[in-house]
This record gives sequence, C-alpha cells and structure tokens, in this order.
Amino acid sequence: MRDVRLLDRPFDPGSLIGPFTGAHPGLGGVCSFVGEVRGENGGVETLELTHYEPLTLPGMEHLAEQACSRFALMGLLIAHRIGLMRVGEPIVCVSAAARHRRAAIDAVDFTMDHLKCAAWLWKRERRADGWRWVAPRPEDYAALARWRD
Amino acid sequence: MSVRILFLGPLRDLAAGPEREVAGPLDWAGLLEAVGEPIADRLRDDRVHVACAGRVLADKTALSAKDGDEVALLPPVSGG
Repeated sequence: MRDVRLLDRPFDPGSLIGPFTGAHPGLGGVCSFVGEVRGENGGVETLELTHYEPLTLPGMEHLAEQACSRFALMGLLIAHRIGLMRVGEPIVCVSAAARHRRAAIDAVDFTMDHLKCAAWLWKRERRADGWRWVAPRPEDYAALARWRD
Repeated sequence: MSVRILFLGPLRDLAAGPEREVAGPLDWAGLLEAVGEPIADRLRDDRVHVACAGRVLADKTALSAKDGDEVALLPPVSGG
C-alpha cells in the first residue's frame, strides 16, 4: 500500500505508522523516520514550508512510485507538513514495510534524500532577527547524488 | 483573460508579492521582461525551473503561455 499525504496541520506520526504497520501482515520489518523542527542554539522559533499545489503532491506520489519500484517493499508511507510549525513539531514521516530490513531501511533513506532537495517544497525559518530561506546543505545534495544510477 | 505569474519560495520576496497578472500570450522573452531584474537574472539560472499550466517545462526558454494559464517560477527547493 502506498499512502502519500501533504498535511496542513500538526500530526502524530504514531497515529499514521501504527495503522500502516497493521495494514501489512506478514512483513519482516518496518523502518520509520520522523523529522522534527530542530531547537538550536540561537534558536529557530518557527518554520514555514510552502508548496505549489499542482506539483507538490503529484511529485511526492511519483517519488513513492520510484521507491516502490526500486526496493522490494510491501508498502510506503510519506506524510509531509506544509504551513507553520514550531520547535519539536513533526515535519515529515516516512515509513517503509518490507519482508527484509535492507529494503525498508534503504527505501526510507532514498525517500528522505529526495524530499530534502528534490520535492516541490520551500522552507524558511524565523529566528530572533527575522525570516530567512533555508537551502539544502552540500551534504544533502551529495546524499541525493548517491542514488543516481 | 491574462497569464498569472506565481513566485514561489525566495522569489516571492524579490517580487514583493506572491503573484502578478500580465497580458497573454507570454513567451520566455516576455516573461523576463514582465518580471524585470533581479528576478529575470535568477530565472536564467539552470536551477530555477518554470511550470506552465501545472507542468514543469523541460526547456523553460520554450515557454508559450496562453491567456488563462498559470506560470509558476520555481527556485531551488528545500523540504524534509
């Protein structure tokens, strides 16, 4: 089962991962990653993710298709927030179910690398001195490049 | 009818607003002229994509937007 969601409100990853896991009887493993708004020294107060309706969700669905054809999965869950978020709130949840662990772990890694710098999302953060746009780091692009055939 | 230009992400700040309506039809040269500098300069960057009517153009310089189309200017992304 593929379950891809763009969410405009706070969500509880456990409430998605539980039913997702339950929907795959006979699985050998589930790998889940949850990304949250990081509280750093000097502090991000608020994070905002904007999207472009005609492209963002279809692009995430295409990414899920790619992951499912590349790895031996039973199912893949992708949930990504848009809108305003505070420190500690979940931004993204990716969960993969498979017969064997390597496929599940690699599929989550692959999906996260693509969400970081190849999904139609734009991130900015507010600190004490105002808003600034966040670009992926060089290591994020390097991580994505690992998956090129 | 007109063409609506949408400025996504950081381009929104440069454009001083999320969107602008211009008379159609609109091609690449017309787009650069309509948005003006410094956005036109950003659009020439290979990492900035253009979508027309909901589809990302493989070659943005081949833009051919009709009245009623939405043209989205898509700077480098960051999610996750």
